[in-house]
Amino acid sequence: MISINQVTKQYKGAPRPALDQVSLEIDKGEFVFLVGASGSGKSSLMRMILREDVPTSGSIHVLGENLIGIPNRRVPHFRRSLGVVFQDFRLLPNKTAAQNVAFSLEVIGKSAGFIAEAVPDVLRLVGLEEKASSLPSELSGGEQQRVALARAIVNKPAILLADEPTGNLDPNTSAGIMALLDRINLAGTTIVMATHDVGIVDKGRKRVVELSQGKIVRDERGSGYGVSK
Amino acid sequence: MRANFVFTEMGIAIRRNLSMIISVILVTFISLTFVGTAGLLQQQISSMKTYWYDKAQVAIYLCTKTSPQDVCPQGEASKDVRNTITSRLDSGTLKPYIEQYYFENHDEAYKTFIKEFKDNAVAKYVTPAQLNETFWVNLKDPNQAPIIIESFTGLSGVEEVKDQRSYLDQIFAMLNIASLAAISIAGLMLFSAVLLISTTIRLSAVMRRREIGIMRLVGASNFYIQLPFILEGVVAGVLGSLLAGGAIFALVQFFVQGFLAQQLPFTSFVGLGDAWTLLPGLLGLGALLAGLAAFTSIRRYLKV
Repeated sequence: MISINQVTKQYKGAPRPALDQVSLEIDKGEFVFLVGASGSGKSSLMRMILREDVPTSGSIHVLGENLIGIPNRRVPHFRRSLGVVFQDFRLLPNKTAAQNVAFSLEVIGKSAGFIAEAVPDVLRLVGLEEKASSLPSELSGGEQQRVALARAIVNKPAILLADEPTGNLDPNTSAGIMALLDRINLAGTTIVMATHDVGIVDKGRKRVVELSQGKIVRDERGSGYGVSK
Repeated sequence: MRANFVFTEMGIAIRRNLSMIISVILVTFISLTFVGTAGLLQQQISSMKTYWYDKAQVAIYLCTKTSPQDVCPQGEASKDVRNTITSRLDSGTLKPYIEQYYFENHDEAYKTFIKEFKDNAVAKYVTPAQLNETFWVNLKDPNQAPIIIESFTGLSGVEEVKDQRSYLDQIFAMLNIASLAAISIAGLMLFSAVLLISTTIRLSAVMRRREIGIMRLVGASNFYIQLPFILEGVVAGVLGSLLAGGAIFALVQFFVQGFLAQQLPFTSFVGLGDAWTLLPGLLGLGALLAGLAAFTSIRRYLKV
């Protein structure tokens, strides 16, 4: 599903590479925590998977696409099979929850009929059917992240990338978001989640990939945030 | 593709960016008005050329008593001179080129002169004897004037052979310079319009960078992302060219037909029909330039 092979990314002017000979295989249906200090290369790795950036050397295959050779015009189509959520939600402030979700379908040319059906469905899935017509400013942080999640999964992506999705949320709200991610994962979506949240990773008992200084220093299944026991 | 969505996005962009859009419309308007004016001038020149060139004649001026000594040492041209010229004009070599010719004597020349200069003080001092007797020659093809000029220049008793088109050419040269000036100004203005459009579109893209970021993340095609911006530029360009078209029509209707044509009744001027032929070009130019400027600037700003 995601196959990363000997990937190195050297940014211009940086003393050491952001990613250094990273190799990683992620299978269909997996839930992977990506952990590590700030600057360890988590975000760089996510950017590579999204094809927002290309590695200096090495190869990346995602969903059968070779991301090194993919022509620019096919990148948008590739991204439609991926969902993404961020720490800062990235909702459009002048659109309601439902409009935010609908926007992501409108811009990929889905029909009005499809949107009218899919949006309420996905809002129900994330538990926000009551708040469909609220603006982001009228929603709590947890609710905003649910809208962002709804937007990320409304097009039924095969992979969901979550970059510190609980970074701005309190532990209770985070637990709610994690429960939701688990449900999405159980429905068959592969999830890669970068996080700093020790509690969440320890509780999750899932595959943990730890990055340090651009290198993978640990890759264990059913593990916690810290050094394995 | 959902046209409805694209137009809504474009509407939002235009509303947020209204003052810039208005300046784009105005600059396009003014520059295309100059382009249109240059076009009208060219049409005016060509219509005047066909009108006047047909009427223009080659004049063979005969010597008078008052002609300069070095060209006319014998003084007043004799009857022999006239006969020589007549026989040459009727000869097989020249006849095929000539439509018709006629001779104008001192008295006829005086009558014409007085008629043309009746309000001028010079009319009082001129006597018939001072005015040249003249052969007026109409050619089948006005471009062949040099044949006549060469045949008669230097002939004894001939003061000068003059192609009247040389007077007209001076007028046309001036009109041409005016239209060149209009085109140069138009070029500069169009250049600034293009820069202004690029800046506007870039500003518009910065203002909407959140939307663009999300569109890219969820996999909207580049075409879909760029289209509202390009349309924004094209709409501004087309509005500007429509205004320019209106200005050209007003210029023709009120200045050329309403004023010039009244003042100079025997000259043919450009009409609304000529303005109509310019309109598609102006619209096309406005839309194309604005579209291209918007497209290149948004391309540079938005990478995949």
